[in-house]
Order: sequence, then structure tokens, then C-alpha cells
Amino acid sequence: MKELLWLIPLLPFVGALLNGVLLRGRVSKGVAAGIACGAVGLAALLSLGIIGDYLMSTGGQAHRTPFEMDLYTWMPGGAIHTAVGTGVQNFSVSMGFLLDALSCVMLFVVTFVGFWIHVYSVGYMAHEDGFQRFFTYLNLFMGAMLLLILGNSYAVLFVGWEGVGLCSYLLIGFYYKEEFPPYAGRKAFITNRVGDFGFVLGLFALIANFGTLKYTELFTKIAANRPLMESHYHLGLTLASFIALALFIGATGKSAQIPLFVWLPDAMAGPTPVSALIHAATMVTAGVYMVVRSNVIYQLSPNVSSVVAIVGAATALFAGTIGLAQYDIKKVLAYSTVSQLGYMFLAAGVGAYSAAIFHVMTHAFFKALLFLGSGSVIHAMGGEQDMRKMGGLKKYLPVTYWTFLVGTLAIAGVPLFAGFFSKDQILGAAAGHGNWMLYAMGLLTAALTACYMFRAFFLTFHGKFRGTHDQEHHLHESPPSMAWPLRVLAVGAIVAGYVGIPAAMTFKTLDINYFDRLLHNVLVEVPGLENPEEHALSFELMLIVASIAAAGLGILIGWRIWGKRGLEGERAVVERFPGVHRVLENKYYVDEFYDATVISGFWATARGLFRFDAGFIDGFLVNGTRNVFVYAFSLGSSLFDKYIVDGLVNGVGRILDGFSRGFRRLQTGYVANYALVLAMGMFALICVYMVLRRG
Amino acid sequence: MLEITTNHYLVLSFVLFAIGIFGVAARKNMITVLMSIELILNSVNINLVAFSYQHGNLTGQIFSIFTITVAAGEAAVGLGILIAYFRLRETTALDQARDLKG
Repeated sequence: MKELLWLIPLLPFVGALLNGVLLRGRVSKGVAAGIACGAVGLAALLSLGIIGDYLMSTGGQAHRTPFEMDLYTWMPGGAIHTAVGTGVQNFSVSMGFLLDALSCVMLFVVTFVGFWIHVYSVGYMAHEDGFQRFFTYLNLFMGAMLLLILGNSYAVLFVGWEGVGLCSYLLIGFYYKEEFPPYAGRKAFITNRVGDFGFVLGLFALIANFGTLKYTELFTKIAANRPLMESHYHLGLTLASFIALALFIGATGKSAQIPLFVWLPDAMAGPTPVSALIHAATMVTAGVYMVVRSNVIYQLSPNVSSVVAIVGAATALFAGTIGLAQYDIKKVLAYSTVSQLGYMFLAAGVGAYSAAIFHVMTHAFFKALLFLGSGSVIHAMGGEQDMRKMGGLKKYLPVTYWTFLVGTLAIAGVPLFAGFFSKDQILGAAAGHGNWMLYAMGLLTAALTACYMFRAFFLTFHGKFRGTHDQEHHLHESPPSMAWPLRVLAVGAIVAGYVGIPAAMTFKTLDINYFDRLLHNVLVEVPGLENPEEHALSFELMLIVASIAAAGLGILIGWRIWGKRGLEGERAVVERFPGVHRVLENKYYVDEFYDATVISGFWATARGLFRFDAGFIDGFLVNGTRNVFVYAFSLGSSLFDKYIVDGLVNGVGRILDGFSRGFRRLQTGYVANYALVLAMGMFALICVYMVLRRG
Repeated sequence: MLEITTNHYLVLSFVLFAIGIFGVAARKNMITVLMSIELILNSVNINLVAFSYQHGNLTGQIFSIFTITVAAGEAAVGLGILIAYFRLRETTALDQARDLKG
């Protein structure tokens, strides 16, 4: 069954082809939805089958070898000089797939969550224009994302990377007739591209030094060439640091970390299922996946790993504070996503790669759940997204209420829900490596997360309804196509954590952290690097207690201010901290800062270049040259015409005239002349005759 | 005594011919020109007859009968043209007959 791996990315692409090209405008909404959901559903089933097949394969977990398949050589390259090996390598890129523990996890998450979001979209987008177009893009996205995670080389990953970026643009700007969505789409794509610049530099460095981009070959070579990786490269960095940093810059763009996170909140302009799928569960985790996949490089560069961890933690805290002051429910979730992604990078930065992926998985479930829930709310409110106009929705939207609550509990890190296990693992790893600063930031963020999420929850579902009369009449629970995915994801948000229960929670009696064990051989062993130490049980238990306390504190504050007092509580807080609140509500003015500096700079440069091009190059050079040439040519041609052509014509005339003047003199009209000439000619002939006769 | 040979006749013929040519080329009066033409033709006749005598053959004489005939015809035509021209232009001055000039 593993050989059918290539079908998994293909199925959504086929779906996109059908809905986007072949059957465009020709089938009913039901059929279009069926094709799209069917494609993803089949891919999901196939994934489950293949994952099962792979996990059951022979050998214990430690011996499980990755399954790789190359389809064809995409870029047959040539010989290049590299730093390792014999110096000359044959560099080529093939389209191939790799199946190992890491890709299994990602595959499961992407296809499973993706499928339920497709189902949800059928209900959510039922009354929208462009229904078929939506599903085309959604399928296209799934195909690209699957290429990304299943690829066996950075090249295939990059194809998927760019593909999801494109689909993100298409889907954010889905409501293209309005003004803001296309702008948001462009912002997302361009910000991504800035990150991709760094990413590509990293790829080039890899090619130049190792001559290959295929994971298996490349990572073996890297692990075997530790001195090379630690040697000096450019910009005062070691080779490993250079590559790691360059790749991480790409990750900050794709996964919305500082400094390139600015596109994600604006991406909420897209339909809610898009936010759920792309900006919560899948695309944004591509950066994390990439970093984890490249773990050997990060292991060899402790400096950049620290940078990753610090950026992650800082982003988590930063975004968490902003989430506290947002009124649009989707914006709260957007900043929450940025914050949780920060956690994932924090984990990766301290070397807890499996913890990072674990959080990817749990986060996918509860964040998708939260977004879909918010979509349900927005749908019921007829498009309203401002929480100040909501309230008391519990009785109108029971399914949404309970599932949203599950999601909120999960993200807050409440025990027994999925988020608790993954978040705790991350914090444990940070503390375990002695990074107390990072741990503190993470813990504070956990408290903040609980706080702002419950703020959103209470403002939306509790208290009195604050909307208009019309809106109140419109309130209704979502149809089954939307409600069932909520239920399924809610179950996932609880259960997904149980595969990674750390030993400490069972008081070191059981070793049931399956997840950790599963991902263990994704880590490439580098000879000479130390492995993390074990910690005392009491230490780990303390950390667990601290996590629970932080979550509890956040929930308590949330309840006191917003649970009991609703919007009035919000107003009280704003009154007490007006300055702080204003800064947070305006997201620390980051967008304004970028606009004033980078964006303005670019526009000014672009305008300047345009003026140079239009004014100097077009005006002076091109048009000037044209004028000169036209003038010169016309002058030349007129002179030519006047003197040469006319001269010739006139000359001919004059010659003929001369001849005729001459000949006219013969025609005297005087007969006697004629007679004389006649006679003379006759004499001449006779003389000639006589002379010739003599000779 | 001076022997009169064929040559004498030839010289006479030549002289008459030359006078005739002169007359055709250099005389003003059209009638004079016509007369000169007759003179040329007649000089030719003398020539022919002289050679006829010299060869003891009648060929030359017969040929000269032809030329006389032609001369007569041509004289008639020539005079006819002259009279027609005279009626038109009222003059017989050849140097004034420049209609063909150009």
C-alpha cells in the first residue's frame, strides 16, 4: 500500500482540475462539493491506510526505516563543485516522496483535519458566490500542502511551500470584489516572499556545499561532516548557522513569527474555513515542519537554535498580549495562532522537536475547532464578527457553545484536554534545558492564553445578547454539515493529547509517550553531540503543577472580569489601563511602523525608478534617440532625394538634351546641306572601298 | 595631234559631275538645283557611254537609256514639287525653305 503514496497529493490536484477547469461552471454545487470532499476524503482514507501499513511494518520502532519513492527526475542537473565528497557532484532534483514518522504525523493531521474542514465549507459557503472556485482553491491547497510534507527533498518541499503560498493568496483574496481582501492576499504573499528569499539562500548554501537537496543523502552527509558545518562561512556565521538562519527566515514568513507575522491577522479577511485550514491547522505549521525536518542542521548550530527559541517565545508572548485587546473574534484567534506557533518554535529551538510536532498536532485540532466554531457564530450572526455585539449565544447555539468550550479549554492547557499535554511538554523541555527566561515567557503566555481565550468565550456566549433585533431573529444553530465537523474536532481536541502522555504524569510508572517514541528516529544522530539529561521526578511534577496553576489563574481572571461582568468588565479594564489598552488594540503599531519605513521606502524607490524609467530611459534615451534618428534619417533621405535621385533624373534629362541639341544642328532644314552631306558621304564610302580593295 | 581617249570622256564626266554637285550643294535657286541634278545625271550618262565604246559593248548605252528615262521622270516630279512649293511659299529661294528645321 505504501507504493500508492504518490496518489495522496494527486487526488486533491485532480479535484482541483475537475472543479477548476474541466467541469467549471458545468456542475451543480452538490457535485462540486462532492468532488472536492471526495478527493480529500479518499486521500484521507488512503493516508490512514498507508500510515497503518508503515507503522505496522517489521522491526521495532528504532529500526523503522523511512520509505522513499522517486517518481521521476525533474531536473537532471550537471556536475557541480561542492565542499564535501570528491569535490564534484552530480546535482539533480527528482520528484519523490518520503514516508517516515514525521511525515506520517503531518499526513494524518493535514488530511484528517482538512477533510472535516472541507465538509464544513459545504455548509458555510452554501450561499456564497464562487462556490466551485472556493473548492478548487481548497483542493489545490491540499495538494500543495501534501507535496510539502511528503516531499523527499527540499526542492519538493519548496514546490509545496510556494504552492500553499499561492493558494493562501487566492483564498484570502477570495472576496475579490471588496477592497480589503485582495490587499490582504497580496500582503500575505509578499511577506511570505520576503521570508522565501532567506529560505532560498539556505537552499543554495546546501547545494553549494553538499550537492544535493534530498533529505536522506543530505542529512547523512551533514552528520558526517561536522567540522565543515562548524567552519566559518559568510557573515561571521558558521555554515550550519548560516543555513539554519536562512531557513528560519523562511519559516518566520510562512509561520508568522516576528518579524514577518503581520500578514496573518489581515488574512482573516478570507472565509472562515480558510482561516481554519490554512492559517491554523496546516500552512502555518509548514515552517515548524521544515525546522523539525532540518533538525540535524539546528543541532549543529546552537546559536541559531537559541535564536529560534527566543523568537518563538517572544512571538508567543507578544501575540498573546495583543489577543487580550482585540474585539474581532477572528483576530483574537489569529493572534492566538501566532502565539501558539511561537510555542512550537520555542520547542524546536530548545531541541524538543517531537514536542513541537506534538503541539502542531494538538493545535491543529483545537485551533481548527475554534475557527470553525467562530465561523458558526459569524454565520449565525449574519456576518457580524465584533464580540461587543454578541453575547448570550449559549442558548441559541448549543453545539457551537459546547465545542467551542472544548477548544478553549484545550488551548488554555487545562488537564485532560489535548493542549495541556503538548504545552506542558514544551515548557518542560525549556525548563529542562535550563532556559529559565524562556520558560518564564512560556508560562506567562500560557496564563495570557487562558485569559484572552476565556475573555473571547465569555463575551461571545455568556451574558446578555448585545446585537440588533434583526440579528437576534437570524440566530440559528449551524446545519449538520457544519455541526458534525465541530463535534469530530472537539473529540480530537480532547483525545489527541493522549498519545503523548509524558512519563512524569504517570509518576514514572508507565512509559506511554508513544508520540515521543514515534518521532525519535526523525532526529538525526550527530556523533559527538550530547543527549538531553533526565530530570528528577519531583522537578517534572513541579513544572506540571506550575502549568496547571498558570492556566487556572488565567481562567480565574477571565471569569472574574468577563464571565461575571461581560462587556461592562471589559469597559472597566479599558478605563483602568487606557494607554496600555490602546497600544495592544493597535497591535503595538507594528503595521504602521512597517508602512512608514519599509513599505514607504519601497514605494519611494519604485516611484523613483519609475520616474527614471519613464523620464530618462523612455524620455531621453528612447524617445530622444528616436527623435535624433528620425530627424537625421529624414534629413538624409531628403537630401538624397533632392540631390542624388533628382540629380540622376535631371542628369539623364540633361544628357539627352545635350545630345539632342547636338543632333538638332544636323537638321538645318536646308536641303542643300542634306545634299552636300549625301555627296560627301558617298565620296567617303568610295574612298573606303578603294582603299580596302587595294589592301 | 591630240588623241581623244576614253579618259578624256571620263574627265569630262567627272567635271560635269563636280559642277553638278556644286550646284546641288551651293546654289540658292531651286530651279538651278534641279538643273544641277540633271547635269549630274547626264554626266553619268556620258560616263556610261564612254565605257560602252571602250568595251565595244552596248550594255552601257542601254543602261544610259534607263538613266535618261529615270531622269526625265524625276525631273517631272521634281518640278511638280517645286511648283507646289512655289504656290505655297511664293519663293524659290532654297535657303528660305527651312520648314524641316529642328
